Amino acid sequence: MKALILVGGYGTRLRPLTLSVPKPLVEFCNKPILLHQVEALVKAGVNHVVLAVSYMSELLEREMRVQEQRVSGPLALARELLNVDNEPFFVLNSDVICDFPFKDLMQFHRNHGKEGTIVVTRVEEPSKYGVVVFEADSGRIHRFVEKPQVFVSNKINAGIYIFNPSMLSRIQLRPTSIEKEIFPVMAEEGHLYTMELQGFWMDIGQPKDFLTGMCMYLQSLRQHAPERLRTGPGFLGNVLVDPTAQIGENCTIGPNVTIGAGVVVEDGVRIKRCTVLKGARVRSHSWLESCIVGWSSSVGQWVRMENVTVLGEDVIVNDELYLNGANVLPHKSINDSVPEPRIIM
Amino acid sequence: MLKAVILIGGPQKGTRFRPLSFEVPKPLFPVAGVPMLQHHIETCAKVPNMKEILLIGFYQPNEELTRFMFNAQQEFKISIRYLQEYAALGTGGGIYHFRDQILSGNPAAFFILNADVCSAFPLTEMLSFQKEHGEPNSFVILGTTANRKQSMNYGCIVENEETNEVLHYVEKPSTFVSDIINCGIYLFNPDIFQHIGKVFQKNQQDMLLEEPTNGWHRAEAIRLEQDIFTALAGQRKLYVYKTLSFWSQIKSAGSAIYASRLYLTQYHTTHPERLASNKEGGPRISGNVYIHPTANIDPTAMLGPNVSIGTGVTIGAGVRVRESIILHGANLQDHCCVLNSIVGWDSTVGKWARVEGTPSDPNPNDPYTLFSDGKLTPSITILGCNVTIPSEVIILNSIVLPHKDLNRSFKNQIIL
Repeated sequence: MKALILVGGYGTRLRPLTLSVPKPLVEFCNKPILLHQVEALVKAGVNHVVLAVSYMSELLEREMRVQEQRVSGPLALARELLNVDNEPFFVLNSDVICDFPFKDLMQFHRNHGKEGTIVVTRVEEPSKYGVVVFEADSGRIHRFVEKPQVFVSNKINAGIYIFNPSMLSRIQLRPTSIEKEIFPVMAEEGHLYTMELQGFWMDIGQPKDFLTGMCMYLQSLRQHAPERLRTGPGFLGNVLVDPTAQIGENCTIGPNVTIGAGVVVEDGVRIKRCTVLKGARVRSHSWLESCIVGWSSSVGQWVRMENVTVLGEDVIVNDELYLNGANVLPHKSINDSVPEPRIIM
Repeated sequence: MLKAVILIGGPQKGTRFRPLSFEVPKPLFPVAGVPMLQHHIETCAKVPNMKEILLIGFYQPNEELTRFMFNAQQEFKISIRYLQEYAALGTGGGIYHFRDQILSGNPAAFFILNADVCSAFPLTEMLSFQKEHGEPNSFVILGTTANRKQSMNYGCIVENEETNEVLHYVEKPSTFVSDIINCGIYLFNPDIFQHIGKVFQKNQQDMLLEEPTNGWHRAEAIRLEQDIFTALAGQRKLYVYKTLSFWSQIKSAGSAIYASRLYLTQYHTTHPERLASNKEGGPRISGNVYIHPTANIDPTAMLGPNVSIGTGVTIGAGVRVRESIILHGANLQDHCCVLNSIVGWDSTVGKWARVEGTPSDPNPNDPYTLFSDGKLTPSITILGCNVTIPSEVIILNSIVLPHKDLNRSFKNQIIL
């Protein structure tokens, strides 16, 4: 079986992290985002993953060592690659994180026998999204409504699909949005079904949602693989710590914290709702909430960082500073507090 | 023989010192670890021939003031008395009202010191200056130089550069007059009372001509600066001694931190024993720090520069304090960080909390000014007495009035 992951773009929404590393390789809960998806696909029996990439593709290819094939355009370009064995294939956006339901999706798709199935997830505020209106029993899609002002549905496209190869003939070799141009036609012809996702789902394409997604993922780990979470004195709630990280004395870590490989957290540090990426150092008595600390960055003593502060790679935050919602580009040394959210070039 | 008079004001004054002046008369607020007034008294007591120090103000006699005077008399072996005005009489009216007390024993000269200044108090230098310059019966104002913009917040003095005679005096002019400003420290002789007496007589005559008012205007309410110095300028009676040593007003609470820094620096020469040093088993000290011996400080804490720690203060593990005054009985819990702030008596700062202000240099005397949206301009942070800051919050550029239990972070606010 085959799968296509739509990596694409520059990942601008996840800057400053994506100035150093292509988005699919940014570690989400200590594992590259793409690997979360590939592992789930492999588990579902996929043996051939195609990445649709454009930006930093060499780096991506080297890192992933998946298949030799490289696709540099829209879905139509992958036609030859996906159409060889006449089997359904998966397609997914690289930004989404969830308990990937590939086996169930395949089963559901085969059962209804039509051309495509898209996974939907429930949201609280449907007016912010494009929603999917479908038949409750069968899952057959009636229509799509962009940002509905009147409630019609609370289910949105989760960015995870399965298609029969015949669907590919609908796409021409030009820039095409399958969501806007292809799906409505397929729905009209009765060829598009939905399966509702059970469990959590998040588009982690920007820092705020990256952290929210982390909280959801760690909670899911708590339910399915609690042994991977760190517990004991000084750890609160769901905390994921790489075995090579060092945590000092009298720290309180958690809830909802991910600490990457080789990270050093010195004594008396308080961290909650944060991701600390590989090789970073947090010096003693600092306090961090809702932050992403970039690779090999250093946070000084008695620093307070909060409100989705994101440090790019190799940023130095000097002692005793306060960063509120700072977005710091790579390789900067910060000498003054940032009391209100802003970008530090 | 000599005397010194310290003008300590009263409870209606010093509103800019709120919320700290709610708890203690402002002159007794600790600066660099000792009451503001003690710095005055120490230098007065060292002047040869100084026989008595009089405090004049309109505070009701109170326990703190009484205890302070008792202790100071013991320590400095000098007579200290408090003379209470029946109302706020102004800088000239107060001393005129108590002229018999000041002149008893026939002092040849006496100093007048405002309590709300911080200075090296070059009193003996003023005496020598009076002897060497000017007329034998001249009056001397201590002056210092300020920048053009700041000078207009003070009394401005134009001098004869050769004789140092005061040619012109104006209080807080609206345009630039001179960069020499009045430090609020004077050396007078008994003749001054003739000049104040003339103003008193004139005031009384003026009042007879006027309709009876609500009693606010009193013939006795006389301001040395506007009523006396302005008239004496150019009369070969008033001279200015310009000092290069440190000086600052202590009007707002924020300026207490600035004044503390100046006094702590001075301790290197005057009171090295008051400065903490890095010792085995003690906290890490950076720069000038005063720690009261009764304070209990974890060795992993880091203090300084410019920190004063009061009696019975408790400081936990991994606490950081810089540019701050911690008043008696306060409790700073583990890992908290206090920067550019005054932590009030018996207040508690929770674990990993951050209490931070913005230093108000270079003009520490600005009162808190509000933005149009009601937010404070960045100032130092002040926690009044018995305030509780919970763990992990930030209190930034805020003033917290006494006896508040906060439950979240605050920024740029006055919390009533």
